[in-house]
Amino acid sequence: MTEYLIKNGFVYDPILGINGDKVDVAVKDGKMVDAGDVAKPTIIDAAGMTVMAAGVDVHAHVAGPKVNVGRNFRPEDKLFRGVAGTGKKRMEGGFSVPTVLRTAYLYARMGFGFSMEAAMPPLYARHTHEEIRDTPIIDQGALPVFGNNWFVLEYLKENEVENTAAYIAWLLNQTKGFGVKCVNPGGTESWGWGMNCETVDDVVPYFDVTPRQIVSGLIAADEYLGLPHCMHVHGNSLGEPGNYEITLDTLKIAEDYKPNNDFGREVVLHNTHLQFHCYGGESYASKSFESKSKEVVEYVNSVDNISYDLGVVTLDETTTMTADGPFEHHLSHMNNLKWANTDVELETGSGIVPFIYNPKTFIAGAQWAVGLECGLFIKDPMRAYITTDAPNAGPLCRYPRVYKWLMSVKARDDMLDNTLKYGDKVRERCYIGELDREISLYELAMMTRAGPAKTLGLGHMFGSLKPGLEGDVAIYPYNPETDTDDPEKIEYAFGNSAYLIKGGRMIVKEGEIVDMGNKRTFWVDAKVNENPMVERDIAEKFRRYYTVTQNNYTVEGPHYVPNPYVIEVDATR
Amino acid sequence: MAAIQINLISGRTIQQGVSMENGKEKLAYRDACGILELDDAEFKRLGCFKNTNVRVTSEFGSVVVKAIGATQGPHPGLGWIPMGPWANAVVDPNTYSTGMPTFKGTPVTVDVAEDEVVLDSIALITEECL
Amino acid sequence: MAKIVTDVVCPFCGTLCDDLEVALSDDGKEILEVYNACTIGATKFLHSQAKDRLTRPQMKQEDGSWKEVTYDEAVEYTANLLVDAKKPLMYGWSSTSCPAQGVGSEIGEEVGACMDNTATVCHGSTLIAVQDVGVPSATLGEIANRADRVVFWGCNPAHAHPRHMSRYSIFPRGFFTGKGSKSRKMFVVDPRRTDTAKMADVHLQLEQGHDYELLSAIRVAIRGEALPDVVAGIPKDQIYEVADTLKSGRFSVIFFGMGVTHSLGKNHNIDIAIAVTRDLNDYTKAAIVPMRGHYNVTGSGQVWGWQFGFPFCLDLTRGFARYNPGDSSSNDLLIRDEVDAVFVLGSDPGAHFPVGSVKKIAQLPSVCIDPHITPTSAVSKLHVPVAFVGVEVGGCAYRMDNVPIETRKVVEPPEGMLTDEEFLQKVLTRVRELKGAA
Repeated sequence: MTEYLIKNGFVYDPILGINGDKVDVAVKDGKMVDAGDVAKPTIIDAAGMTVMAAGVDVHAHVAGPKVNVGRNFRPEDKLFRGVAGTGKKRMEGGFSVPTVLRTAYLYARMGFGFSMEAAMPPLYARHTHEEIRDTPIIDQGALPVFGNNWFVLEYLKENEVENTAAYIAWLLNQTKGFGVKCVNPGGTESWGWGMNCETVDDVVPYFDVTPRQIVSGLIAADEYLGLPHCMHVHGNSLGEPGNYEITLDTLKIAEDYKPNNDFGREVVLHNTHLQFHCYGGESYASKSFESKSKEVVEYVNSVDNISYDLGVVTLDETTTMTADGPFEHHLSHMNNLKWANTDVELETGSGIVPFIYNPKTFIAGAQWAVGLECGLFIKDPMRAYITTDAPNAGPLCRYPRVYKWLMSVKARDDMLDNTLKYGDKVRERCYIGELDREISLYELAMMTRAGPAKTLGLGHMFGSLKPGLEGDVAIYPYNPETDTDDPEKIEYAFGNSAYLIKGGRMIVKEGEIVDMGNKRTFWVDAKVNENPMVERDIAEKFRRYYTVTQNNYTVEGPHYVPNPYVIEVDATR
Repeated sequence: MAAIQINLISGRTIQQGVSMENGKEKLAYRDACGILELDDAEFKRLGCFKNTNVRVTSEFGSVVVKAIGATQGPHPGLGWIPMGPWANAVVDPNTYSTGMPTFKGTPVTVDVAEDEVVLDSIALITEECL
Repeated sequence: MAKIVTDVVCPFCGTLCDDLEVALSDDGKEILEVYNACTIGATKFLHSQAKDRLTRPQMKQEDGSWKEVTYDEAVEYTANLLVDAKKPLMYGWSSTSCPAQGVGSEIGEEVGACMDNTATVCHGSTLIAVQDVGVPSATLGEIANRADRVVFWGCNPAHAHPRHMSRYSIFPRGFFTGKGSKSRKMFVVDPRRTDTAKMADVHLQLEQGHDYELLSAIRVAIRGEALPDVVAGIPKDQIYEVADTLKSGRFSVIFFGMGVTHSLGKNHNIDIAIAVTRDLNDYTKAAIVPMRGHYNVTGSGQVWGWQFGFPFCLDLTRGFARYNPGDSSSNDLLIRDEVDAVFVLGSDPGAHFPVGSVKKIAQLPSVCIDPHITPTSAVSKLHVPVAFVGVEVGGCAYRMDNVPIETRKVVEPPEGMLTDEEFLQKVLTRVRELKGAA
């Protein structure tokens, strides 16, 4: 394999403590190595450019059934944006819901090497894996959803953590999943009857269990197993004014838990797209709505076992898609746009609705502010990650724009003064106007690589240029000494990587995608003690209530996971 | 005997499915799909017995099928030919810019055609297209 | 002793039953019996080993007779046909596996083809309606476990999806529907008193072609507003009763089919049915599910969705994907003489397109990939038989509710016969060579 030696670049690596120094970076046999260990490397001159480990995306909806509903039911999302294939690239399409080819190319242009599919409905896991398989270049994993799963609801009513853990291990194995995702706990099962759970103490019809029990039990089960990634939660009442108290209730459930794993993960709960969960007030009107990002992040700052990602609103026309079925129904009533919904037997549900975050409205401007505040209030950037909950708060291609806003007060003021119609009101009702913090490149590396890798339990592979880790390196055409005059340069540079090396292969060379790489599908195989009761419960439910057979539920084989990377976990006692 | 006007629809039947999987070139497929189901009232108007061959003609084409008694009737004014090349000889191909031909709801004229033969699917398509 | 293969997936219709059991001879070569399948599915398995099965490609001669050719010759002809054409139509893709659909997509992209699947004559109206108004839906197990009001609108599962009612919609004793069919009220809307209608609690025998008006009337009735005395042949009292029964249920579901997608109104029949479902969600829980025909037309829509962004009527001719049913749809392209070559795989437009379109296929360079002799193969210049997916080769298929199931290989295909995927892979390789040389 080609050896690479990257010279003269400004290197940012929070794990190694390198903050802009011009150190040599070397890649050999697919791994990072000491610069002295390469014999005949191809030299990459990164003079005037920023060098980081390739990006790690902790949460994006890029592969699976609801993503595809988004594509198929929005032909307008493709209009005028199709690009013909050239060289090794196939044709690409879609703005807010890109085709799998465009997803891969976007990530490559943004210098990313790994993406975690945010939610995988287990019955549809095969579909998620087909899309992951067809997405070249980036390594991916997928998080099956557990928060409305009948097995989980029944076990956690009795607080049967060991049984829950056994079921999780079984399901990860059957669906080739990576970890534990929990969306609108209890609420999506309630939605099976058209109802919802709004607070952590609402009771799920029939199953008689609360979101608090579900969240708590799933955290416990995750730590029992010692999984690489912690419990990943999308809490109740997403998007509702005044929901910040429910968010705090959800976060505080983590107080009882300590991380237990061999992967260097130090948190027990990851709250995704925190922006949607930091709302105060009683309505979206400017006289009532207010940001509570400060209160929520203050709490996270006061503990050490929680991480989150931002979910920044980018003020685009985009497509919302989530396993929070009742929320999507509610959203379609608010904006009267087309609504797709799929409830999934025994497991979960989903809703998909287009959405326009119009900068001419107060509320979209306020949401924009809240998301950025979530990134600016954090004390330890290793625990706050930059996302747009793609595509819910904003399309995947907007990551570099979000970096620009976080890194430049000038860019934020420009939005508040010139783009937002109600910028004054946004300054009044939110904290954004008071914040003069500018995220540095070092912190950016924490929030887009080192931190997400660590929380995913993949710090031993990604997120740093430390020798021994995967040979994933991104070089951006950004000069930290001379390019600070214009924040637009941030957005340009981080969306147009000059080089991307992934797994030791040159993917992007001089700004062009030249190779499709050798992507891997990451999944976690957790071994537990034999559990005849859970085995029997599984067999019973397949016999009586599922509409596929137990043998046909299993996802396996080269057609679905042609290049697996399996992380083994021994959770036997 | 008189020609009658009816509204033609088409669709699946078990026999159509079974005979299709057994091979469309076979006579069983013709027997399952080269038929027109009509109510007793239509047979009266036509003035013929059931199981008589008839010619079905629309603005778009013409085909000979065997008229049989409605099996899922009565359905006044409706004629049913199972989906297949016989129905498709006469259905309205217009999609009205939707891409979808109008397979259901074609006005047709039905004439007794005792001396004409119902062709098997390959003979029919060959005669029409080649 | 027969060997029994269990968990076999039936490759016929969108019901995609996955509980079949196939009894094989001791040596595993012969299918002896099929259990649990409906008669159509059983026929598919049992007929696959018929003695008169075509096992090698055949090319039509000047005099109309067929001459056997090799697979390599078939690949050569097909690749050249596609590369030479300015605007080829690659149609079908519904009775085959997702891996084959994937390779087909690469070919279509390479040669700049129009690609379309059987939705174009089936649930294309639905796909368009969903693009206009969305679709509140659920998996079939949700129906089995929760639904207490079941409507079959313009579909006849007794004939077209024979095991649907017993596996999913009427008879199952689900988690919350322990009384089986007694837990449910069944409605059928159909201009004929079909075998399905005979089982229903209520049969609305509406005037054919007037589904839109009746659906609109139900929306009015749901809101308790005034109706004319009769709509679409149905008295208003009955309409109010139906609306009230649906509203009063815990979970109402509408299954629909060609009765509404094919009749005038087409996609509007569907978008108003979806609107009815949406309206019901303001009172109770409601879902709507299309009765997809071919066992993997849904898969074709999914594969094209994630690769190109559209579920059917694809136009790849400009190098990037475009979509415009009515313009890029197969029947319109054929009737207007806008394509100059036709490639068909996994479907039979010869039997299922209006004859005017089939005449065009007959006039053009054309290839038909199909295990059977069909009206399509009869009018094509080259007929390439392939293995049966779900019988002789596995591969993913998507059920009518989009649930993906891996079909199984139960027996070997005839000696030397290729699968769709293998044939397509060879064509792709040859297409690339030809284009590289150009």
